[in-house]
Amino acid sequence: MSKEFHSALVSPTGVWWKPVHSQEKRWITISFIWCMVLFAMMPLWHFKGGQNPTGVRARVDPADFAERTERFNKEFQVGTEKGMPVVAPPPGADVYLLARMWSWSSVLKLKKDTEYMLHLSSADVNHGFSLFPINVNIQIVPGYDYGLKITPNEAGEFRIICNEFCGVGHHIMVGKVIVEE
Amino acid sequence: MSETVQSLAKRFRTCTVTGIKIHRSAEQLIKVNAVVAIVCFLIGVLAAIGLLLTRWQAVHYLSVVMYYRFLTAHGLNMLIFFIIFFEMAVLYFAGPVMLGSRLPAPRAGWLAFILMVVGAIMTNVMVFTGQADVLFTSYPPLKAAHWYYLGIILFAVGALIVCVLFFLSLHVAKKEKTYEGSVPLVTFGGLTAAIIAVITLLHGAIIYIPTWLWSLDIMPMDPQLYRLIWWGLGHSSQQINVAAMVAVWYLLAGLTVGGVVLNEKMSRTAFVLYILFISMASAHHLLVDPGMGSAWKIWNTSYAMYLAVLASMIHGFTVPAGIELGQRLRGFTNGTFEWLRKAPWGDPGFSGLVLSVIIFGFMGGITGVTLGTEQINIMAHNTLRIPGHFHVTVVGGTALAFMAVTYYLIPLIFQKRVALWGLVKYQPYLFAAGISLMAMAMTFQGVFGVPRRHWDINAADSPFPVEFHPVVNLLQAIMAIAGILAAIAVLLYIISAVLSVFFGKPLTAEAINEKASGIPQGVLQLPNQSHNSSMVARLHKTGTPGTVVLVFIFLACFVVYYFVNWKLLTFLWKIG
Repeated sequence: MSKEFHSALVSPTGVWWKPVHSQEKRWITISFIWCMVLFAMMPLWHFKGGQNPTGVRARVDPADFAERTERFNKEFQVGTEKGMPVVAPPPGADVYLLARMWSWSSVLKLKKDTEYMLHLSSADVNHGFSLFPINVNIQIVPGYDYGLKITPNEAGEFRIICNEFCGVGHHIMVGKVIVEE
Repeated sequence: MSETVQSLAKRFRTCTVTGIKIHRSAEQLIKVNAVVAIVCFLIGVLAAIGLLLTRWQAVHYLSVVMYYRFLTAHGLNMLIFFIIFFEMAVLYFAGPVMLGSRLPAPRAGWLAFILMVVGAIMTNVMVFTGQADVLFTSYPPLKAAHWYYLGIILFAVGALIVCVLFFLSLHVAKKEKTYEGSVPLVTFGGLTAAIIAVITLLHGAIIYIPTWLWSLDIMPMDPQLYRLIWWGLGHSSQQINVAAMVAVWYLLAGLTVGGVVLNEKMSRTAFVLYILFISMASAHHLLVDPGMGSAWKIWNTSYAMYLAVLASMIHGFTVPAGIELGQRLRGFTNGTFEWLRKAPWGDPGFSGLVLSVIIFGFMGGITGVTLGTEQINIMAHNTLRIPGHFHVTVVGGTALAFMAVTYYLIPLIFQKRVALWGLVKYQPYLFAAGISLMAMAMTFQGVFGVPRRHWDINAADSPFPVEFHPVVNLLQAIMAIAGILAAIAVLLYIISAVLSVFFGKPLTAEAINEKASGIPQGVLQLPNQSHNSSMVARLHKTGTPGTVVLVFIFLACFVVYYFVNWKLLTFLWKIG
């Protein structure tokens, strides 16, 4: 604080590069420390936390990804539901899920406490993978393969809601995941 | 010779309230830009009502096609057209008017204005005729008619010209010595906004020109690259809003209660931190994208170790502290909070300012930093938490500050009294209550996994319908009703502004003497803008105890909200 005061409408004259009042100094110091805490939390979580969007990421030709998905579906299909293949991959398997206007390529049947490598990609436009009701949300971009290690921690029936606008059928694009004990 | 002097004098008028010499060309450009801004605001708010009544699924008003069309129109008219037209007015005000200088090349200002209007009309026509159902973000490969992209390009070119004019006007004012010392802090804030605007608009050019060519089948477009650079426009344009809003906060603090600048060095350094770091925020939208790695995400989403957040926390201290000191200098020195209790709460310029600071800081800032955390974003990306966040930054913060400053622009620039004064006094309160409640209802829905930009969350026509927690139905109703209250407040603002500008009573010296209605108290009697009394030395010792209490309450809320979200994250499946 200086010896004179003026509003922000007034042109300051002379030297206005003046020392900061102790009260503000304290606030800036505390704020700075808080900013460093905010920053440190993210790398820390990569070492200590279980939820990180790192994954294995690569460019992919949409046609290639569609072919891999089809092969995966054929290999592990155990049934059909509402015209969609129900697929039960073995533990640790690479799981391929293709999003396209306006459906998901399969109903997945997974085991609790088992790790899978889930590959997501799109055949056409951007889509969103939103696992309901536990609220895991991943962006799906055409031409990119996003591989994420997932480990379901509870049994039950889950939905996959598309949460990126993908045209007029966006709201009917819902898939299903079954997790068994 | 005397003729030249006279013709020069005609180009200026002297403001009866502040004594500033105002260049008429600058003033006219402020007027037209502000008026068009309000027209876009009207389109945006009417669309908003349709959206609210659709997302409230008990009503489910719009058809699926119209819902996404209105959503596109709402985003464009609010986030681009309304706010940038208004910012053009702010730039003409913060430059030539604040410095009492002439506006160089006013014709270029008109050219820019015409380009922007043509661009906005072109884009809106494409949207409303159904040739651009791609939403505000227009992510390829979704494709709109090529006129849509061209309209935005024209608009951006116009805005870029206005930024250049602003820089030129600073140069002219310096050369012609229309002010002594350094530019006022408000102008410095305007300069910050203009520099960020140039960065933003260049991103816009880099992405919209190739996208336009792509829409003409001339070149390919990578969807991930588009997302990266488009958000350099889409998010950075929100940072123009932040800088312009903070400049308006300082302006309103001075006009309403003679709020002072605590320390020029501190406030200006904070603005420079914005320029340096805030444009990195494109990453906020790409935290769960396949195109980038974690190191890139962490560095960029944190604006290089949260230095832009530090800047906001500095302004979050200096703005209320400046108000506190201004009030204490006016004699409200008792206790910790007399300055706050005895503030001019009936002045919509003041109440709008304070509510904007509170909503932006407490709700917008805290949620923004939390959602922009790489891992926490997994729980939030593309859910209703995201619009829940930005409706308390850009709407509850920026739009409210812009509405509040309008109540001073009407008398000071349009030289009219504010119409419907009795109602308008309550407008900021109604708006603030509506928008905060709506945003909270959105945020809680997002926590339950409700997606944003979605016509039917229950997916009734899909093979696997979705059943949300029953409380979501209640939250939808709260969101819609609170949102409509906010929309009513905006309509009241628009009606008052239109009545004042086109049919309002003129602001005369007699009207000011008689304290006629429709004149904010800061215009009736402008508070002292400079102080040099014994009081200053006393305040130097006591400091700003009230503000210190407020900022630590803020920090406590911030810490709690942030770590609660990390805790919530641990309940998710393991993912990585």
